[in-house]
Amino acid sequence: MRFRLTEDQRALQSATRGLLERVCPPKALRAMADGAGPPRLDRVVWAALAEAGVFALRLPEDAGGVGLGAPEAVLVFEELGRALVPGPLAATHLAAGRVAGAATGETVVTRADGGLVAWLAEADVVEGYGTGGGAGPSGAGPSGVGPPGAESPGAGAFGAVPPVALPPGPGLPGAVPLRSVDPLTPLHRVPAPADPGPWDPSAALLTAAEQLGTAGRVTELAVRYAREREQFGRPVGSFQAVKHLCADMLVRTELARAAVYAAALSGDPAETAGAKLISDDAAVANARDCVQIHGGMGFTWEADIHLHLKRAWLRARTRPVAAEAEEAAARALAASAGPPAPRPSL
Amino acid sequence: MDFGPTEEEAAFRTELRSWLATALPRLPPKPSPDDWPGRRAYDTHWQRMLYDAGYGRLHWDADPGLRLVFLEETELAGAPYVGANFVGLLHAGPTIAAEGTPEQRERWLGPILRGDEIWCQGFSEPGAGSDLAALRTRAVRDGDAYVVTGSKIWTSHAEVADWCELLVRTDPAAPRHRGISWLALSMDAPGITVRPLRTLAGTAEFAEVFLDEVRVPAAHRVGAENDGWRVTMVTLSFERGTAFAGEVVACRRTLAALAAAARETGRWDDPVLRRRLGRLHAEFTALWRLVQWNVSEARTGGTVPGPGGSVFKLRYSGARQELYETAAEVLGPDALDLGREWAVDRLSSLSYTIAAGTSQIQRNIIAERLLGLPKGGA
Ligand SMILES: Cc1cc2nc3c(=O)[nH]c(=O)nc-3n(C[C@H](O)[C@H](O)[C@H](O)COP(=O)(O)OP(=O)(O)OC[C@H]3O[C@@H](n4cnc5c(N)ncnc54)[C@H](O)[C@@H]3O)c2cc1C
Repeated sequence: MRFRLTEDQRALQSATRGLLERVCPPKALRAMADGAGPPRLDRVVWAALAEAGVFALRLPEDAGGVGLGAPEAVLVFEELGRALVPGPLAATHLAAGRVAGAATGETVVTRADGGLVAWLAEADVVEGYGTGGGAGPSGAGPSGVGPPGAESPGAGAFGAVPPVALPPGPGLPGAVPLRSVDPLTPLHRVPAPADPGPWDPSAALLTAAEQLGTAGRVTELAVRYAREREQFGRPVGSFQAVKHLCADMLVRTELARAAVYAAALSGDPAETAGAKLISDDAAVANARDCVQIHGGMGFTWEADIHLHLKRAWLRARTRPVAAEAEEAAARALAASAGPPAPRPSL
Repeated sequence: MDFGPTEEEAAFRTELRSWLATALPRLPPKPSPDDWPGRRAYDTHWQRMLYDAGYGRLHWDADPGLRLVFLEETELAGAPYVGANFVGLLHAGPTIAAEGTPEQRERWLGPILRGDEIWCQGFSEPGAGSDLAALRTRAVRDGDAYVVTGSKIWTSHAEVADWCELLVRTDPAAPRHRGISWLALSMDAPGITVRPLRTLAGTAEFAEVFLDEVRVPAAHRVGAENDGWRVTMVTLSFERGTAFAGEVVACRRTLAALAAAARETGRWDDPVLRRRLGRLHAEFTALWRLVQWNVSEARTGGTVPGPGGSVFKLRYSGARQELYETAAEVLGPDALDLGREWAVDRLSSLSYTIAAGTSQIQRNIIAERLLGLPKGGA
């Protein structure tokens, strides 16, 4: 057992971090959040991500991809989450190899998930709309979509993806724009099917990785502020009440890290659901604590923390949501609880 | 990054599994929890069986990957836990192995591994708990011995112990952390009185130990005189870093038993309860992954676990309490029946956020040593 990052994985991690600091710095995000109207997807940044292999990461090399696996995808998505990169990252990544142009960043792919679609107006392809209960139209295969049922790339946790794709834009029936809580993610509401069908473990894993990135990032922001900000003649980080908030943030992050990395390795859907649950909690609770530690500053639009918090909320809304993840874990538990009770007193 | 077993781990698992299958039926019946001499005999017997089979050292100087296999397999097979051997195997033994002289290792490690001698931990005092460096038990040098006077408290297993890892103040004039020494105290020495304390679970798990001019040979000091605080940190890092790992496996088994019970009684159909159990399953799965992560990281570090153990200890101790709160919901009225092991375990779970450093102290350690926040403050 070598449950730690290899040299190559560390190199990938730091290269991704370096790239994102260049192409997606906080200043650019801030400008986007401060702009009027819904944000536009920066296609130049998108192309840079594609160029770095973000979308083609798990495509086999002979199909023009990077040929890496789920653990590497998780490391990259952790960095994307840390850097708060906007856009339908997971959907496009998961469409690589099935939807023409997704791997190279020419086609932006989004998904309907839990009654919401992010980046509808900016995307070229929408997946998942109308699957499951059939509340929306289904079956249409517009240009730009690969053959249905084509092999999805990679191994491990990455399995089937929703087969349906539709052209985006005002043509998508029933889509209503929301005033999105996340100023960096435009949202549309779509009629949710009565029976939403199974959730996609691959998407859950990548989202969990992004949540892990957020959990770690806001811990850093909180700790940095706690060391710098002085009250009563000393750094607020010397006060135990603040210290203990920070300590809990680190503990949540580290448990989420173990859970997410492990789910990437095991590929087990129940473990993936658990990882989503734990990393959702870590991202949301840590972002809230980070606001608290920043005091009045934390409640301002100027501090970036609210952007992290809102994205964490949004990702927590994607499937499996907490109740679904808990049910999945409960099913796995029941399956593991064979008939004989190990405790004699039971 | 992988979970794939090394060849050595896979071979070890197979061999251990088949040994357990033949060894466990040979165990004598389990004594009652109140029967301390019986428990000691049972636990040391088990340790001897492990030793004879070549598994005695697994807790401290084996490949940490093998140790995890050992913990998993023994727990899954329903083998006994370390029990009364706890301090010797998990704290004192590793400390002596890391810090002792060759003679000291020769004198103490063999008996610990063979299950011949039981250790206890004499760190806490009535006036020095979280603030361990406030300890006042005095040791005055007299020729080639120390004369020790003072008292210790919450000393687990003191009644049945042969040796005690004892912290004493050897230089009262020095700054608090500088005047401490780490001694091996023979519990037979004249001048020692052990007074059992009753826990809130009604059991006698720990005791008060009074020391009245007890002579301890200077050769029984581990580490240099007045350098005991550093040695203590080594002991505590074992205590927090690795000692609880095996219990996560036990908690996962308990949780599975709880789910089975809930299904039998129909409580499983309550979605609120079922989801709570599901959440705990996710939590304990992740905690086991965290153990694997810490162990993999430790393999590349030194032999002494780092402060990352505090991260695990803090989360684990809270999760364990949540587990037994949920158990009480599954059991309903039976949760109040002390005749049920669950009820006793629920009470015992309260000690986890106190013993081996309270949760507040773990948070201080994490904030100051891992996150680099300033010390002190109100
Ligand atoms: C079941 C059990 C077995 C034990 N076995 C042993 C043993 O074998 N050998 C041994 O030496 N000891 C043993 N202990 C003692 C244990 O290590 C101490 O109880 C523990 O360190 C806490 O010390 P205390 O009891 O003096 O509490 P105190 O230190 O008095 O703490 C009281 C409260 O104040 C809080 N507190 C204290 N200081 C701070 C601070 N700086 N910041 C914030 N909060 C603070 C604590 O968290 C706690 O809530 C055992 C304890 C238990 C419960």
